[in-house]
Amino acid sequence: MARILIVDDSASMRNMVAATLQSAGHQIQDAADGQQALNSAKGDRFDAVITDLNMPIMNGIELVRNLRSLPDYKYTPILLLTTESSVDKKSEGRSAGATGWLVKPFNPEKLLATVNKVLG
Amino acid sequence: MSIDFKQFYQVFFEESYEGLDIMEQGLLEISKVGITDSELINTIFRAAHSIKGGSATLGFSEMVSFTHVLETLLDEVREGNRELTAEAIDLLLQSCDALREMVRSLEQEQPIDTTTSQPLLVAFEELLTDHVAPTDGETTADVGALSNQANALEETFFGSDGAMLSTDRDAEINTETDSDIATDSAAACGRWLIDFKPQPQILLTGNEPLRIFRELETLGDLTVIADVTGVPEFDQLTVDECFISWRLLLASEADHDTIQEVFDWVLDECQLEIRRVNDVEAAAVQAPQPSQSAVTDVAEVIAAEEEPTEQLVGEVALAQVTAPVAASSAKDKTGSPSAPTKTPATPVKAEPTKGDAVAMTGGGSGPSIRVGIDKVDNLINLVGELVITQSMLSELGNNFDMEKLERLANGLEQLKQNTRELQESVMRIRMLPISFTFNRFPRMIRDLSIKTGKQVDLILSGEQTELDKTVMEQIGDPLVHLVRNAVDHGLELPDERLAAGKPETGSIRLNAEHKGGNIVIEITDDGRGLDPEKILNKAREKGIVAADQELSDAEIYELIFEPGFSTAAEVSDLSGRGVGMDVVRRNIKSLGGRIEIESHLGQGSTFRVHLPLTLAILDGQLVRVGREVFVIPLVAIVESLQIKTDLVNRVSGNMVLYRLRDDNVPIIPVYREFNIQADNTELENALLVVVEGDGCKIGLLVDDLLAQQQVVIKSLESNYKRVDGISGATILGDGSVALILDIPGLIKNAARPRKRVHSSRAA
Repeated sequence: MARILIVDDSASMRNMVAATLQSAGHQIQDAADGQQALNSAKGDRFDAVITDLNMPIMNGIELVRNLRSLPDYKYTPILLLTTESSVDKKSEGRSAGATGWLVKPFNPEKLLATVNKVLG
Repeated sequence: MSIDFKQFYQVFFEESYEGLDIMEQGLLEISKVGITDSELINTIFRAAHSIKGGSATLGFSEMVSFTHVLETLLDEVREGNRELTAEAIDLLLQSCDALREMVRSLEQEQPIDTTTSQPLLVAFEELLTDHVAPTDGETTADVGALSNQANALEETFFGSDGAMLSTDRDAEINTETDSDIATDSAAACGRWLIDFKPQPQILLTGNEPLRIFRELETLGDLTVIADVTGVPEFDQLTVDECFISWRLLLASEADHDTIQEVFDWVLDECQLEIRRVNDVEAAAVQAPQPSQSAVTDVAEVIAAEEEPTEQLVGEVALAQVTAPVAASSAKDKTGSPSAPTKTPATPVKAEPTKGDAVAMTGGGSGPSIRVGIDKVDNLINLVGELVITQSMLSELGNNFDMEKLERLANGLEQLKQNTRELQESVMRIRMLPISFTFNRFPRMIRDLSIKTGKQVDLILSGEQTELDKTVMEQIGDPLVHLVRNAVDHGLELPDERLAAGKPETGSIRLNAEHKGGNIVIEITDDGRGLDPEKILNKAREKGIVAADQELSDAEIYELIFEPGFSTAAEVSDLSGRGVGMDVVRRNIKSLGGRIEIESHLGQGSTFRVHLPLTLAILDGQLVRVGREVFVIPLVAIVESLQIKTDLVNRVSGNMVLYRLRDDNVPIIPVYREFNIQADNTELENALLVVVEGDGCKIGLLVDDLLAQQQVVIKSLESNYKRVDGISGATILGDGSVALILDIPGLIKNAARPRKRVHSSRAA
């Protein structure tokens, strides 16, 4: 059981990821863009962060970079929720400090397995 | 594990509609002024991208393959590899329509009709391949390739059953479990030697080597040997850097790619070599090496250092990060390679807890509304105040004496205030800005302007004016009709306008504003205006107006709302679709609203629609007839007066007319209409409430005028049954029920005899 922050500008995607993780007993908080997520992260301490890449206001890459600069999130697993098409984004995300990625459209079992993996 | 994604359909549908609106607005903006801002194209791309992502996860394959092509095009534009031509914008706009259709079909659980999307798909593919391959011969081949690609994409996203997606990765999950079973017969397995040398900063991305080893363990028997030669002296250790490298021996049936995938996330941050080895090599690797004892040493040193050096708080983090890794490798060294397998890999499948399952299936997918958080906060605040008032009042009631009467009165006044504010706030929750309706017009005007060859400028104002959701939904079509009419009939063709000394481009203004409990929506054009003479002639021709009847301009304009009236010489493709202005007026009336026309020949017309802000609450005049109280909607009331007998005109039978200035108003005694006992049945000095509806007036004979107040409308049909002359009911302050009079219904009842009177007067 972990506290996980989900960041995506699409409400349906947020809901689906949240429900999947909640079904495994995780506690979820969500945010619709990077800035919102950063604000939540600062006032809290999440065990993992799952973020979309292309979002208004603050995109996923910037969010990762910002989170990594916070002492509390130095080692926190941060997963990018991406589509296959964005291969370049993966390496960009990795150099920003992302732990790994989840492929969108996601499969619930695979999502849970990956999250459980990074939570250790 | 089963999560029913059906519960997310509704959110997805709403989000898709919103996304499509955003795309459409963005595209229109671009078609007007070009791409001025990269964020604009990014916003459009994001909308398409979200729709694709959502539909893929939910398994809506038609939408996925369609949005995929859109996305590809938009991505090229976004990356600056493609110009967004007028043709492309047109295609994209049509795709918005097609997608909207798809969402609607999905929403109504109907099969998706691809007759509109298929040609678009082909057009997109042509557009996309045009760019890549300019030669004709290749183009056709490429089109095929592209659709193959789309098919392949579909296959990747969806399994053969088409329901849930099944990516390559899932297939691997299956092989993982299979290989788990197979590991027992380790002799048959391949042996892999993996040299893994991470860069020091690997921990900074949250990637922990231990996690990777655990995942490898799920593939087969794993032996981990750590090389700590790179670890610096203790005082030079940096907390968040990794100095250890590993040599791993994996006995597994898994292939190279599967093993490499485990390292997928860290490929950029490590040196990795994966190779197949034979048993002899494997045995050599497992033989004790000097570095292994170093591992135990480090682990011991760290463990030993941990306790006494409390001042080194920072270093504890290192112990936490590296110690488990070292410990696990130390354990491997002690010679039981099969022991540390499998167990850590199992938490993959977690059962949903019961509570969660209930919460999830409970989510209905009825119509929903998006409410600003400030509105909800305001409500919570008001409820808080209500609670305070309530506790104050119950405190008063505990031991009440007459001295506290004033405080009671104050408390009640406060309660009234709270209630009113709460009511207003709750009503506001149902209110949405009218931009929801207005937003469809830019697109419509664009299409109309292309179709008619007229140049049109659309000017929107007051888009933030709020209106009840139900009213909004029902006013959409009438407004569309009025705007179409304004373009089609109102505005002239460019040369006609130039000849009349007007600018070539016509303008249509849409404005919304609040006016005393109503919302007023104006549709103004600067076109040719209504021609009273033409209308009157037409009306006479159609027999709507008697040949010798004289009418004012305002009355003539009203004629266009008569059923079967149409001024257009030819029924045009746009406006003359059998739904005339009479339907527009009827729809507006059924919402409790009205429509007015203001027009100047040669200068343009304004159609003004007045609507109540909500359908749930009505401003009413309470009247008494005998022992019954009725509610008359305030909007319908023209005036209330005391009858002067010399103005009463008895016609035939039971019909009595009252002369009200230039009008003869039929007097309808309410007691007779509903067959009840009234105090007064004499006309002399009796009270008459004159009401208007459908352009006709009647006078309602009542015993007494009571208060004017807002009443909450309760449906009579859903609680009892339909009653002629009654539109609903309400509960009054004293708990009694009052019926709301159906003014248009009463007028209709009165109309038959009235028409006879009318024609006899005209004759």
